[in-house]
Amino acid sequence: MTATGTAIDAVAATPGPAAAAGGSTLTGTAALVRFILRRDRVRLPVWIVGLTVLVLITASSVKSLYPTQADLDEGAAPMYGNAAVIALNGPTYGIDTYGGQMVFQIGSFGYVTVALMGMFLVGRHTRADEETGRTELLRATVLGRDAPVAAVLVVAAGAFALLGALISLSLVSQDVPAGGSWLYGTAMGAFGFLFACVTALTAQVSEHNRAALGLAGVAVGASFVLRAVGDTGGGALSWLSPMGWAQYTKPFAGDRWWPLLLVVAASVALIAGALALLARRDLGGGLVQPRPGPAHAAPSLGRPVGLAVRLQRAMLASWAAGLVLTGVSYGSLGEDVEDLLGDNDAFADIIAQAGGELTDSFFATSTLMIALIAGGFAVSSTLRLRSEESSGRAEVLLVTGVGRTRWAASHLAVALGGSVVLMVASGLGMGLTYATIADDLGEAGPILGAALAFVPALWVLVGVAFALFGLAPRWAAAAWAALVGAFVVGLLGELIDLPSAVMNLSPFQHVPAMPAEGFDPVPALALTAVAAGLVAAGFAGFHRRDAGY
Amino acid sequence: MSTAISVAGLVKTFGRTRALDGLDLEVATGEVHGFLGPNGSGKSTTIRVLLGLLRADSGRATLLGGDPWHEAVRLHRRLVYVPGDVTLWPNLSGGEVIDLLGRLRGGLNRARRDELLQRFELDPTKKGRTYSKGNRQKVAVVAALASDAELLVLDEPTSGLDPLMEAVFQETIREITDDGRTVLLSSHILAEVEALCDRVSIIRAGRTVESGTLTELRHLTRTSVTVETAQPIDGLTDLAGVHDPVVEDRHARFDVDTAQLDSAMRHLAGLGIRSLTSQPPTLEELFLRHYGDELAERTGNGAGR
Repeated sequence: MTATGTAIDAVAATPGPAAAAGGSTLTGTAALVRFILRRDRVRLPVWIVGLTVLVLITASSVKSLYPTQADLDEGAAPMYGNAAVIALNGPTYGIDTYGGQMVFQIGSFGYVTVALMGMFLVGRHTRADEETGRTELLRATVLGRDAPVAAVLVVAAGAFALLGALISLSLVSQDVPAGGSWLYGTAMGAFGFLFACVTALTAQVSEHNRAALGLAGVAVGASFVLRAVGDTGGGALSWLSPMGWAQYTKPFAGDRWWPLLLVVAASVALIAGALALLARRDLGGGLVQPRPGPAHAAPSLGRPVGLAVRLQRAMLASWAAGLVLTGVSYGSLGEDVEDLLGDNDAFADIIAQAGGELTDSFFATSTLMIALIAGGFAVSSTLRLRSEESSGRAEVLLVTGVGRTRWAASHLAVALGGSVVLMVASGLGMGLTYATIADDLGEAGPILGAALAFVPALWVLVGVAFALFGLAPRWAAAAWAALVGAFVVGLLGELIDLPSAVMNLSPFQHVPAMPAEGFDPVPALALTAVAAGLVAAGFAGFHRRDAGY
Repeated sequence: MSTAISVAGLVKTFGRTRALDGLDLEVATGEVHGFLGPNGSGKSTTIRVLLGLLRADSGRATLLGGDPWHEAVRLHRRLVYVPGDVTLWPNLSGGEVIDLLGRLRGGLNRARRDELLQRFELDPTKKGRTYSKGNRQKVAVVAALASDAELLVLDEPTSGLDPLMEAVFQETIREITDDGRTVLLSSHILAEVEALCDRVSIIRAGRTVESGTLTELRHLTRTSVTVETAQPIDGLTDLAGVHDPVVEDRHARFDVDTAQLDSAMRHLAGLGIRSLTSQPPTLEELFLRHYGDELAERTGNGAGR
């Protein structure tokens, strides 16, 4: 608190040169940039170093996995026609070169992660501050209207330039061509900045940071799905996706810089749009004016669980919509999987030897991806308990005769039940779409089953978040680290050769790869038991500790 | 049951901060008890311990005859609480919040709710985020007053209310206490405390420094006296309990400890009183007396006087 106070003084005490001349909408930007750097002095370096390390580990494991060019060629051969891998990672440009293979392995996951970094950075310093009233305090000083947005974008530009350079240097350090390395680093940085700009725009639209980030998340998801469908299909759709633009730079496979112009142009347009909206709206307001609500509460709003559902239903509905769309997109690819393979005999042999069916393994991978994304809901829904508590809203409920157990159980129920809803919805979306295309309704069942098999893994994530909430509330946000860990294990674990003890920490590793493999009740029961244990620990901790701030 | 709240030697620490340092508090059933203290003196911490939200490190706290930590749920059915800083759910209307809190407590009186909405001029259809601070406060006040709980725990309930609403609040509290219900009122508005409270406790740095009825407390402090006498005044400065005397021949102004008022008057009567005005101490003076050294230090440093 003291630190924030000092920084606010600094902002107030440093009227820029423009202030003397009557002031512009950008007055005070420089002071705010310093303020943001001060507030994010830990967070930003963690993001930048974390992403760089991820790139470095992935790149060096490609080297150790394929010691010779012959190994690389052999490893690359089956990937050309594997729709599951292409949908997940990206187009197969230059994967017979070390550089190209590294870029392919970092894949869409890398792009999504830099986008998240940009989203959280901008959301935190624009709408989140406005929502809590901090922006009002700052804007009452000598500070231009556009300064908060401008300042965070300046910080984002600097952070992504640094991140891009570090990614490039990481690749250069693995002895791959410098030209491709710098192109790839630039593409990653530019893509991250683009989503910083997307969030700058969505932050003007919604009154709530949660919703602003949700809208930006939809944009990330759409750009991933469009690209996945485009890359596994004809390719035209990928040009509608910013992720497609970044990947079409073809690092190490022709090195084209011009697609980045699209990214730059889109960024400029988004900034212009954001500033135009900012000039038209009130501080604290969004584009939609709030409507009056009912004077009396509906009967459902009489129990804690009714309130929890009411508070979380919009979020659950948007997650469900997003995951159904993702499921439908993957489902629609199912028929193409075999075609894509074409005459790639090497891969067909491998699949045949493994005894699996190509389409089944595609759906197994797709379901894992969907379940990992649904993990975002599981964590954020459970952590709603913490935000309700730290905002002071839980306090008034806890003194109405609602015990701690009932209150905590209400949001817990939404998190556990919501996880089931998401997997059922996405599984049905994927299964029914594929069944329709394949003209065999029987295909839907196994895919739905595969999706449901991940429910206990999601419950473990809920359990981790709940245990942290009960036992170490100040560290509750560390539950996100568990999800990030599950992503790393699930998408990169085998490539970077993580020890199996580490791999086994992720609950998602214990779910059988249905429909390629059969259902196994043992891991399902074991994961459910682990989740139950974590929930019990959370309740025990919550009963013993102080409630409130 | 004659004691609604009984607290003795309560200690609560947050890390190195000792928020409560042996606090005592007694609230009798049916009284309105004022709970005074400067910012950060531990009022809200005490209230949160009494509500079972915080767990005390040591000391004893009894609320409505029960243990606030172990019997929280059972006790909460018999009390209502208004926090000093009300945070509402941004997308729930005020009416929904009032109904929700009432139902969670086990039902609310519809007619009473509507009457209070009217008296406090609160629009129940507005969403949480569109209320001003005062109106957010009204939502919590209406939700609390619409119940018939036997104990009301109010933590600066009128912060942000305008003077008209403040008057409505006082009127409503008087009606409630006429029914024999108990109120613990933490407040900075001394006029409100003087108007409503039967007894007050003044705390400072986590300890109770004074407790009693307003009359008792007045007795502990000083009365200001201005006097004109027939004969020149002397000997006044030597009297016990007389402070800051300004004597000019036959006129004098001084403060006197209320306990010593009688002896001062006897001395003056001997000199032939021509006119006399005396002012009982206001609650504000009581309050200032207890934080006086702090205040003196601050103004002394600040203005160089």
